[in-house]
Amino acid sequence: MAVAEKTPEVAAAPAAARRRRSFKPRYPGWLTAPSLLYYAVFFLGPMAILVAFSLAVQQGFGSLKYGFDTSQYSQVTTSLYLHIFERTLVMAGFGTVLAVAVGYPVAYWMARYLSTYKMLALLLVVVPFWTSFLIRTYALKIILDPHGYLARDLGINILYTKYAVAVGLVYNYLPLFILPVFASLERMDWTLIEAATDLGARPFTAFREITLRLTLPGVVTGALLVFIPMTGEYIIPNILGGGNYEFVGNVIGDQFNQAQNQPFGSALSIGLMAALSVFVIAYILVATKEEQFGA
Amino acid sequence: MSGLSPVSDGAYDVELRAVTKRFGHLKAVDAVSLKVRKGEFLSLLGPSGCGKTTSLRLVAGFEQPDEGEILIGGTDAVGTPPYRRDVNTVFQQYALFPHMSVLDNVSYGLKQRKVGKSERYARAREALELVRMTGREAQKPTTLSGGQQQRIALARALVMRPRVLLLDEPLGALDLKLRKEMQIELKRIQEQVGITFIYVTHDQGEALSMSDRVAVMANGVIEQIDEPRVIYDRPLTPFVADFIGDMNFLTGEVVEAADGGFAIDAGAGIVVRGRGQAAKGTRMRVGIRPERMVAVAGPPAGTANSAGAEVVTKMYLGDQIQIVAELPGIGSIVVREQRASADPALDSIHPGDRIALSWDESSPLLLGETAPASTAGQQEEQS
Repeated sequence: MAVAEKTPEVAAAPAAARRRRSFKPRYPGWLTAPSLLYYAVFFLGPMAILVAFSLAVQQGFGSLKYGFDTSQYSQVTTSLYLHIFERTLVMAGFGTVLAVAVGYPVAYWMARYLSTYKMLALLLVVVPFWTSFLIRTYALKIILDPHGYLARDLGINILYTKYAVAVGLVYNYLPLFILPVFASLERMDWTLIEAATDLGARPFTAFREITLRLTLPGVVTGALLVFIPMTGEYIIPNILGGGNYEFVGNVIGDQFNQAQNQPFGSALSIGLMAALSVFVIAYILVATKEEQFGA
Repeated sequence: MSGLSPVSDGAYDVELRAVTKRFGHLKAVDAVSLKVRKGEFLSLLGPSGCGKTTSLRLVAGFEQPDEGEILIGGTDAVGTPPYRRDVNTVFQQYALFPHMSVLDNVSYGLKQRKVGKSERYARAREALELVRMTGREAQKPTTLSGGQQQRIALARALVMRPRVLLLDEPLGALDLKLRKEMQIELKRIQEQVGITFIYVTHDQGEALSMSDRVAVMANGVIEQIDEPRVIYDRPLTPFVADFIGDMNFLTGEVVEAADGGFAIDAGAGIVVRGRGQAAKGTRMRVGIRPERMVAVAGPPAGTANSAGAEVVTKMYLGDQIQIVAELPGIGSIVVREQRASADPALDSIHPGDRIALSWDESSPLLLGETAPASTAGQQEEQS
C-alpha cells in the first residue's frame, strides 16, 4: 500500500526518486510473514509455554496447576542453585578463554601463512561437524579413559573431572570460534603491520595494537558463539563429567525428565536466559562499534 | 658480517653493495650497488617486476638480502629489523590505521619511542601543518579522500625525522590531476625538510620531473643512474633509451668511423651520421628522439641523415604535431614537432602521403652493438 502511494511521485521526479528509492525497502513487508509466523510458532510459542510452566505449581507427579506462582524463582535463587549457575558460567568462561587461546593462533596461522592449503585447513577445521556431536564426545571419552591406550600411555587421568569437561567444551566448540576469527583475519591488511613496525613498533606491540585490535570484533563474535552454547551444555558434563560436575543444563534436564518438575525446570531455564542476555547486550554494544571502522 | 667492517665516508645515507635478493629461482635484485647521497631525491624507475620495490623493501628492512651489504648512515643494517632502522616508509596504499584518528596515526611512531603525549601531539600537528592537513586531527582516515590519506601517510613518516624517507609509488593510486599536484607538494616538502628521499615509481615523467638523480632498473639490475637530463639526453642502453621518452631505433653496419664521428648504413638508402666512437664494420644501434626529427612534405633530399617515409597517422597534441610514418623496409617512426616551427604544409598531409624526414648530426644516440631487439618494455605514455 505504501508502495502504491509513492508511485505518482516517482513518475513526477525520476531523478530524486531514484536517489530515494535505494534507501527504501524494495519488497513489500508482508513477504516476511512466513518467517515471522515460523518465529511466532516455534520460538515465541515455546517461550510462552516455558513462562506459563515456570509460574505454575506442581500437583502430584506430572500434573500442573497454572497460575501466577513465583515460588519457583525463589528456589532458583537459593545458594545451591546459584552455585550451579556460578559453576556453569565459570566453566563456560574458562572454556571460552581456552578456545580463544587455542583458536586464535590457528586462525592467525591459517590466514597469514597459508595460501595453497588455506582452504584445506579450513575444511579440516569444519570436518568434525560432519560427525554427530554425541559420537565425538564419546570418542573423546575413549581417548581420555585412563584404561584406554592414549591416556594410559600418556599418564593422563582426568576423566570424570572438570578438566575432562573443559577439554570436551574446547574440542567441540573450537570450530565455531575459529571461523569468525579467521574471517576477520582474512580481511586484515598486513601492510598495516609493516607500517607499524616501520614506525618503531616491536612485533608483539604491532600485533596487540593493530592486528588484535582490528580483529577484536571477530574474537568477540567467536567467543560469544562458543560461550552461549557452552553455558547450555548438557551432554559434555554428563558424559565426560560422569555426573560429578553438573551444569545448569543437567539440572534442567533432570527436572523435566526425572523429577517431572516442569515449573522448576522452566524457572531455571529462564534464569539461564536472563544471565546470558547480559553477554548478548555487551556483544551488541561491541558489534555496533565495529561498524565505525568496518574491520 | 664480513671480515672487513663496513666503512662509509659519511656522504651517503644509504649504500647497497652488491645486494642480491632471490624469490625462489627469481633474482628480484641482482648484485645491485647503489649510493644514495645525503639529502638527495633519488628515484628508482622501471617497469613492474624490475626489482625497484624489492630494493626499497630491503632498505626498509621488510626483506633481508641473500647476498651483499646494506649500509644506512654508514653502519651495516643487514639483520636489523625495520623497527630499529632510521628509515620510514610511505606505502602505496597508505596503510593508515583505520581504528585510529588522524592525530593518533601521525603520532603512532613517536608513541613507540615513548615520547610524552603532549609533545607527540604537538609534533604530529606540526607534521600535519607541513603536509597542509590541519583541521582533520580527530577524523578517522577512512573519511578522507585518497589524496588526503596520502598526505597523512606522509606526515606519519615525516614526523619521525628519519634519515631516509622511502616512498613506494606513493602517488600510484591517485588520479592524474591530484598526482601532478602531489608531485609539486612532495618536491616542496623534500626541499623544506632536507631529508633524503628514495622514491619508487614506474612513471618516468614523475621520476624525471622530481628527482635529483634517477636509477633506471630492469630485470633486477640498475641500467643507468644519473641526473634526469643525462638519462634523457644520453641513455646508455637500448632499454633506457626505450623506457625513457619515445625513441626511434635504427640499426646497421658502421661504414665510416673517423674523427669522433660515424656513419651507419641503416638500409633502404638511409645513412645515419652522428658523433661518437663506433668501430667500422660492427653492427650498431642508434636512437633518434621524435622531437629531434624534422618532417617536411615532399620527397627526401637523398643526402645523409634524411629519409623518405609514408604517413600512417597524424595527430595534434595541442602545441605539437605528431606524425607516425612508415620507413619502407625498416618500420614505423615517430616525429614530433612544435607546431609553431613545423612546416605549414604538414597541415594538409594525409595518411599515404610522402614526407621527408631529416635530423642533424647531434641527434643520433649510439646505443651499442645490436643484440636481438628484445629490450621491449611497454612504452609509457609521455606525460
